[in-house]
Amino acid sequence: MAKKETVTMHGMAIRKSTGDKIFDVFNTLILLALCFVTLYPMWYVVCASFTNNTYLVAHPGAIWWPHGFTTGSYKMAFEHPLILSGYKNILMILAISLPINIIMTLFCGYFLASKGMMFKGPIQFLIMFTMFFSGGMIPTYLNIRSLGLFNSMWSLILPGAISVYNCIICRTAIQAVPESLTESAYLDGANDLIIVFRIILPLIMPTIAVLLLYYGVGHWNSWFPASIYLTDNYKLPIQNVLRSILIANSNILNAAASESDKVDEFAEAIKYSTIVLTTVPVLCIYPFLQKYFVKGVMVGAVKG
Amino acid sequence: MSQNVVTYKKPPLGKALKRDIQMHFWKYVLIIPILVYLALFCYKPMYGLIIAFKNYRPSRGIWGSPWVGFTWFETFFKDPYFFRLLRNTFRLSFYSILFGFPAPIILALLLNEVTNTKFKRTVQTITYMPYFISLVVACSLVKIYCQADGLFSQIGQLFGAAPQNLLIDPAKFTPIYVLSGIWQNIGWNSIIYLAALSGIDQEQYEAARIDGANRFQQVLHITIPGILPTIMILFIMRMGSILNVGYEKVLLLYTDATYETADVFSTYTYRMGLQNQKYSLSTAVGLFNTMVNIVFLLFTNWISTKTTESGLF
Repeated sequence: MAKKETVTMHGMAIRKSTGDKIFDVFNTLILLALCFVTLYPMWYVVCASFTNNTYLVAHPGAIWWPHGFTTGSYKMAFEHPLILSGYKNILMILAISLPINIIMTLFCGYFLASKGMMFKGPIQFLIMFTMFFSGGMIPTYLNIRSLGLFNSMWSLILPGAISVYNCIICRTAIQAVPESLTESAYLDGANDLIIVFRIILPLIMPTIAVLLLYYGVGHWNSWFPASIYLTDNYKLPIQNVLRSILIANSNILNAAASESDKVDEFAEAIKYSTIVLTTVPVLCIYPFLQKYFVKGVMVGAVKG
Repeated sequence: MSQNVVTYKKPPLGKALKRDIQMHFWKYVLIIPILVYLALFCYKPMYGLIIAFKNYRPSRGIWGSPWVGFTWFETFFKDPYFFRLLRNTFRLSFYSILFGFPAPIILALLLNEVTNTKFKRTVQTITYMPYFISLVVACSLVKIYCQADGLFSQIGQLFGAAPQNLLIDPAKFTPIYVLSGIWQNIGWNSIIYLAALSGIDQEQYEAARIDGANRFQQVLHITIPGILPTIMILFIMRMGSILNVGYEKVLLLYTDATYETADVFSTYTYRMGLQNQKYSLSTAVGLFNTMVNIVFLLFTNWISTKTTESGLF
């Protein structure tokens, strides 16, 4: 903190006034309070997940530390058929979706970044128009039914194959690649497919990483489509299992568990352990990509 | 490349087409999957919108169902629910803008005054975190804390309030919705302002210091004017979606007891369409909402291009 006493200006140090110091203290306190408000709910969940069930039922308010430390609720969660199938389903969706997402976005971004095609204008309009107008909930639902995707995992993968917003991020990244690189590749006889995969793709890897994060988090956190398209409980991804446990308070877990009394034993604590298990993977990834966020956000705010 | 070919006469259309396709063959091939996707999952549902003007029966299909004109729209406008939905949608959006819009700006300004970069980066990382938490988890946390014996209620009791489940009180739905929204998005939304802040010329601050401006004056006369264009554009864009309240969060938070203040156009569409199978009526409600949103967007975009010379299109 001693360093903060001065402001440097052209190499000269100027003493901070008393008002400045008071402001700094208040500013730090406000930001620390914000961090507390952000972190406490998560800390609470972590503590509650390790706390024994009787204590949780008796003390529904604030918790600062795990009471009667137990990992029973995690064991319970890992053994539960619905939670396991939820994980399996979401991992399968990610494994199939992400390659489709990235390839489609790359193709779309490359097309939008290229110049000179006669049909670029109309095609670009067709793509952009979908950002502002859509069929809406009911026609989309009926469309999924008529395509025969109802109660199939593909109803979660195909409609989300591409996001126009992400295509614009991708286009902007491709536009920053020097044209001379693609031109010389053309002269060497490369076609666009080779250029996309051998020249563009390696050069925009940071953007691809951010796109993977956006698409991945999107699929991981999505719950609504699965709730209207899937009727079979064992096809539900983890967020929907979580929703049944946490929001709807349904007895979906008990109905599916063979030893239902064992679930009751951890009925409160299992809520928290499943929250931890679904949230931690995402929270471990984003800090590594944080420095690239600015780019993505800026693109969205300027002209499309 | 076409620019390099010297042509004195415009080639006939057929020839030009052929040359275009030959030259850009692979680009067109690459865009085909995207066009197929758009046709199947974007434009086909748009065609499905015509059931808003029909009496849709699943057995007769979209085209086979009889036309009814604007009947569904009339039914909806005459329904007393209409004003409740309009009021609720507008209220949730209005308070989200009133409190949710300035919050990230204030955070960015506070962060900008922090000189310790490590502290600044830590605060940023922490405040981005809730953005990556799923709505299901965020709403379930809200639900846990709002229980009759939950944390918020216990805090309320310290101030003499009776214990109650906050989520079944219609009067508390808007504050819960708005505050949880701020909690989840304040950090993420501050990114763009921080980017704008880093673009301000540092020499302006030095000049102001030499002129004897204190820190508050510097913020008032340099920092805020510096990010004002960004604020204006984002504000106009936000205003454009004032009647566009998403259904996901409301669906997770509302109960029968709070429909009075929580039910919005999109959740009504969901209940009428997917739970009561009134496909045509709910499509009409959804279409009405979309059209209002587009009118708002075009209007604000028009204002934006007039005043700041930058708009969406």
